[in-house]
Amino acid sequence: MPLTPGKRPATVYFFGTCLVDLFDPEAGISAMDILERQGIRVVFPDAQSCCGQPAYTSGYPAEALAVAEQQVRLFVEDWPIVVPSGSCAGMMKHHWSRLFGPDHPLAAQVQAISGRIYEFTEFLVKVLNVQLEDRGQPARVVLHTSCSARREMGVHLTSRALLAQLAQVEVVQQAREAECCGFGGTFSVRHPELSAAMAADKAEALTDSGAQQLVSADCGCLANINGTLAKSGAALQGQHIASFLKSRLEPQA
Amino acid sequence: MNDATLHYMPGAGFRGRSKEVLDNPALRKSFRGAMDFLMQKRAAQFPDPARLEALRRQGEAIRKYSLSRLPDLLEQLEANLKQNGVQLHWAENPEQAQGIISEIMLRAEADLIVKGKSMVSEEIELNHALEARGIAALESDMGEYIVQLAGERPSHIIMPAIHKTKEEIARLFAEKVPGVDYTDSVDELIQIGRRVLREKFRATKVGLSGVNFAVAETGTLCLVENEGNGRMCTTVPEVHIAVTGIEKVVEKLEHVPPLLALLTRSATGQAVTTYFNWITGPRRPGELDGPKEVHLVLVDNGRTQAYARPDFRATLQCIRCGACMNHCPVYTRIGGLAYGTTYPGPIGKIISPHMLGLKGTSDLVTASSLCGACGEVCPVKIPIPELLIDLRARSQAGGADPYALHLAGEGEGRKPLVALSFKLWSRLYRSPALYRLFAFLATRFRALTPSSQGAWTRSRTPLVPARKSLHERVKERRSR
Ligand code: SF4
Repeated sequence: MPLTPGKRPATVYFFGTCLVDLFDPEAGISAMDILERQGIRVVFPDAQSCCGQPAYTSGYPAEALAVAEQQVRLFVEDWPIVVPSGSCAGMMKHHWSRLFGPDHPLAAQVQAISGRIYEFTEFLVKVLNVQLEDRGQPARVVLHTSCSARREMGVHLTSRALLAQLAQVEVVQQAREAECCGFGGTFSVRHPELSAAMAADKAEALTDSGAQQLVSADCGCLANINGTLAKSGAALQGQHIASFLKSRLEPQA
Repeated sequence: MNDATLHYMPGAGFRGRSKEVLDNPALRKSFRGAMDFLMQKRAAQFPDPARLEALRRQGEAIRKYSLSRLPDLLEQLEANLKQNGVQLHWAENPEQAQGIISEIMLRAEADLIVKGKSMVSEEIELNHALEARGIAALESDMGEYIVQLAGERPSHIIMPAIHKTKEEIARLFAEKVPGVDYTDSVDELIQIGRRVLREKFRATKVGLSGVNFAVAETGTLCLVENEGNGRMCTTVPEVHIAVTGIEKVVEKLEHVPPLLALLTRSATGQAVTTYFNWITGPRRPGELDGPKEVHLVLVDNGRTQAYARPDFRATLQCIRCGACMNHCPVYTRIGGLAYGTTYPGPIGKIISPHMLGLKGTSDLVTASSLCGACGEVCPVKIPIPELLIDLRARSQAGGADPYALHLAGEGEGRKPLVALSFKLWSRLYRSPALYRLFAFLATRFRALTPSSQGAWTRSRTPLVPARKSLHERVKERRSR
């Protein structure tokens, strides 16, 4: 069931996503910490792995389905499912029903789950209505939102709303904010020159924004942008928004 | 569709051509500037998101409805065209369409055809085919004229010469148009072009045009244009040949205004174009002007393949506004010629596989980050990213095939190594025990992560796993 606004659930599932699991577990831990600090019990199903997106978008639906089926079975209770990645949340919310199709034995569960999927920042803003107290030093920050997170989940709005609560944080604007960073999963290796050209433009726009720090709610974009920034020798590096928020909520030395 | 129809600039070779453009900063800058301009013009026409959304929904509904009744509407169109004195011809493939048009030319004893802008005429490679039969074709749309002078192909479906700078056009005119000195004043260049073309209109017997909408209930052909050359092509010569795809039909006149409003605003950011032509047949007794004969050539060329498969039918909703290419981060960087297909950009990626087969187009369907910018601006709400995902699946499909209706070239894009890696990936990620082991090894041996990770590390630092996976850290956290 989609939650009625303002109604706080006691417990949520946390779906970490495959990229966070292997490459940025700190983001997952930070997100869980923040949720728990809001008085929410966070359940992390141990058998989780990946939403199936890499295979699905590469034209391997059968392989994607086999993985997605495993995940669907994990969410037995009627709790919201919080995902620290807009594109994975979009996959689970919008594309799973296509992937499974109406005749799949799990179709009804997929349907029900779809209404319970929340991207992390969306959950903080729309369900928990959090008020964050900034305890960090003044900082100039630029926000990047993944394309599917923006178009399927509206994550740019909720991320921005959270950053706006931080008294010491100034959010600066990059040129062509809504343009893709060029990640696109296997696109990045199937068409490396195109992907690199897009990533280079994105890295330049972010650097030119004058921000000291980059935050994003999507690990795929972050891997792409951070890798590109680092290779070009830029000082700017991105951080998952959950880790960033957590750092702001703790008193700084 | 066989390989013979692929003889000019096939979708294969896309990588090499796109790389060439990527390595040309001046060209990239000029594309970027042109696309920025078009995006701003469109945005200015749709200040109210709610109204835009309502209009898009209406446009989508009209196109979906028209397609749902396509066979009926084509029959109705045929009957009403006949009533109006328009001769209808059906062409299953480019060769047939070429044959039909050359026949008409032959009967009219014409060796020159003056053309208004028509992407379908590009699709059927009309100019080449006519040339081979000793018939000259002259493009009268300014952009098409420039492209023809340069011996090139249109790089955009609305702005055929968008890849050319003012200076290039000036040099081209000075070189190719007799008696013209170099000038890079845009006004003068346009005047030169007009002068040349006006002369030709008077001299030619046959004019050709495209069609934006064909109205079944009245047998009316609608033509949108800005230069007046379309009106010239369809009224001055004795014979007018209109050519278009079978999907362009709508049932009622009242279906045209919403589509027109979406088309011109999305395409050029105009509330309405300078000219909008309603063509209802040849000159009637007592009328002073107009052609003596009007023909309509309806081209299939793979459209029925898209039509017959419910998951691909939305491809045919397209009204050819070009907005998807203007907003595409890939098109913006490489321009239209790199695609090698008549229709470039996102629409080209979803329609070309039906025209040319998936074999020659497998690199096109993967050349998208699926960012969704195209689907977001498409005035008739074609879910372009989803269609790309489905085309990828068809291109990769191998072995026992779950699909009843094959697409031409299905499975031809399959790369055994990629297929195998997704099999392994799937095995790993659907088995918690295997995955745990994999994650353990990947994190513990992170120091052994290769520093060269193929295409990824050409422009990025390597991806290195964390010291411990989230799974492990969650477990540790629990026991604390
Ligand atoms: S697919 Fe949509 S946006 Fe692209 S040309 Fe067709 S109608 Fe326009």
